[in-house]
Amino acid sequence: MSRLAVRKTYKLWIGGAFVRSESGRHDHAVQADGAQVNIPRASRKDVRDAVAAARKAQGPWAARTAYNRGQILYRAAEALESRTDQLAAVSDRGQVQDAVDVLVHYAGWTDKLHAVLGGVNPVAAPFLSFSVPEPTGVVGVVAPDGPALLGLVAELAPALAAGNTVVAILSEPHPLAGLDLAEVLGVSDIPGGVVNLLSGRRSELAPALGAHRDLNAIVDVSGDSELAAELDRLAAETIKRARHGAAVTGYDTAIADALERLDGLSELKTAWHPIGA
Amino acid sequence: MTTEPRTSIVWDYAPAPEATDHVRLRDRYGLFIDGASRDPAESRYEQTLNPATEQPIAEVAWAGPADVTRAIDSARAAQPKWAALPDRERAKYLFRIARLIQERARELAVVETMDGGKPLRESRDVDIPLAAAHFFHYAGWADKLRYGVNAREVAPLGVVGQIVPWNFPLLMAAWKLAPALACGNTAILKPAETTPLTALLLAEICQEAELPAGVVSILPGDGETGATLVRAPGIDKVAFTGSTAVGRDIQAALAGRPTSLTLELGGKSANIVFEDAALDQAVEGIVNGIFFNQGHVCCAGSRLLIQESIIETLIAKLWRRMGRLRVGDPLDKNTDVGAINSAEQLQRIETLVAAGEDEGAQRRTIACELPEHGYWFAPTLFTEVSPAHRIAVEEIFGPVVSVLSFRTQAEAIEKANNSRYGLAAGIWTDKGAKAFEVASALRAGVVWQNTYNHFDPTAAFGGYKESGFGREGGPAGLRPYLKIAR
Repeated sequence: MSRLAVRKTYKLWIGGAFVRSESGRHDHAVQADGAQVNIPRASRKDVRDAVAAARKAQGPWAARTAYNRGQILYRAAEALESRTDQLAAVSDRGQVQDAVDVLVHYAGWTDKLHAVLGGVNPVAAPFLSFSVPEPTGVVGVVAPDGPALLGLVAELAPALAAGNTVVAILSEPHPLAGLDLAEVLGVSDIPGGVVNLLSGRRSELAPALGAHRDLNAIVDVSGDSELAAELDRLAAETIKRARHGAAVTGYDTAIADALERLDGLSELKTAWHPIGA
Repeated sequence: MTTEPRTSIVWDYAPAPEATDHVRLRDRYGLFIDGASRDPAESRYEQTLNPATEQPIAEVAWAGPADVTRAIDSARAAQPKWAALPDRERAKYLFRIARLIQERARELAVVETMDGGKPLRESRDVDIPLAAAHFFHYAGWADKLRYGVNAREVAPLGVVGQIVPWNFPLLMAAWKLAPALACGNTAILKPAETTPLTALLLAEICQEAELPAGVVSILPGDGETGATLVRAPGIDKVAFTGSTAVGRDIQAALAGRPTSLTLELGGKSANIVFEDAALDQAVEGIVNGIFFNQGHVCCAGSRLLIQESIIETLIAKLWRRMGRLRVGDPLDKNTDVGAINSAEQLQRIETLVAAGEDEGAQRRTIACELPEHGYWFAPTLFTEVSPAHRIAVEEIFGPVVSVLSFRTQAEAIEKANNSRYGLAAGIWTDKGAKAFEVASALRAGVVWQNTYNHFDPTAAFGGYKESGFGREGGPAGLRPYLKIAR
């Protein structure tokens, strides 16, 4: 007797909760097995809710020790590894494995960034002066259409390793890998709101995200040059840091410029303290 | 609150004017393009004034679009050869410039003070020595670039366009040019319209150093010249220091283009005094934080946050100290607060101060005799300021401090961070652990603990949030001027 499958209801991931779009709208997507499924079509209000959740989570996430954040990212890699078979059906096995390795790579960055980007400044006066990297804050990510899973993870991992929280707009034609990833991250130890994942129409969501005044940086790997220019103009309104680039193609391209990715989402703070009475 | 009367001691100082006879300025300065002084294509010359006297000092060429193109062409032509020089040779040119600035320090200090209105004590002790130090620091990087970027292969970006403000004219030119040149770029610098002279003297220094033609161009002009420069297709990188409004325009103008950009913009920095601070020391820090350079400082401590338990005592001490500030002739070596840089800036300060009074804040301005001519604004303190008042939110860029109070450390942090800016902050406390805890919670690029307004070429400087992005100083200051291999 054939068993009736229990189908999954795909949801957005906002503030650690799996939710439908507040708008109640949906889109269609096709699973690896050919089944047509409904996915939420997020609204501008969902974008605002996600940014608010990310802002709330940012301070506590940054305040965790670098060791702790490294372990949490490593835990996410473990969780992703354990779902390789399932996710390989949506992406391919090599891509999932690369995504795991990228998470492991950036997990190891959390407690090394300070030594590499900062240090003690030998100022010509009696002061202890030192510069340390701190997270830029809330980062928006416009994910690429392909590779949908690895391309998303490659932008999430450096942002999180540097202590930022993220709101990501998933690929419009290939949203399922990102929606599945939410379930993986949801069972790792990533606190609610540190990552927020939204499916929907890029043309509606990306500008709403880019225009949000409480967003500090935007990373756009959509490859859409018109969108890039629009995001730049929106970024200028509140002097956001904006980076555009091509989607990564594999592990090597995801880590080749790791330091620039981390640096681009960090702020260097210089502190001065007098030496002597 | 009781305020003590001004002291009965009469602080008579004999005038101590700096001699200017060793300074020989030309009547007219051209544009510095392709290694020589050039007439502007549109033959436009404007007078640069001494803001302390309103008297013209010299006529200065203003660059138009044709001049910008000409400068870019010469910079483009010079760039491959400059980058191909052995690194140690490029370094030596920059060391030469550092030395020449030191040799001509007194002349540069006097001209900086005449053209910009800042006290000679500051141009002599801060601006010029730090400008030389910046060239010296980055000269040493020229043959060590890979060590500054974690042993990666590097290449220059190409031709960079740099715009500097009028508050630290030569120092900001040094902050911009030194790292750009060390990295093998060629540079086109636009000094501010009210303070072009020390940049033009720096052009002479480039000639004295026998810097190859086209490596540095100096194009005086106004905002229009700057707008043309940053939008020019031949520019690979733009570095701007100035107001957030102009920075926003530049960022928007470069939207969708590959031109790289760093911005060092405005601020409304919090200077936080806790009840356990050494108050007399804090008073000196507050004064230095807001009255240094007439408050024309992007990182000025313009929001003074005082813990409630000490607010009356501290304000009484501060007000007494403010009464001792000597306002007047910038060339007098005893002057603490010089002239406001321009009529336009004076107007801006007056507008915001009027808004502070209209909105209900309590204004106190020190009584002092101001010279008959020139642009002046006496040091001013606002109390009864609400966090929503314009004087608590907007950058005044003048000798005006707004006092806010707080009860707890958490409230101090919350109020300090409640700004769209994030450039700098000060913390005054005798508790080391508290100082470090507060410093790490502040969203600001520079945090001074029990001090204020210290700068050094080895220490990164730059803002969070709407105070801009990118850093100047130290190895972090190299990154904006390099392509780093993957």
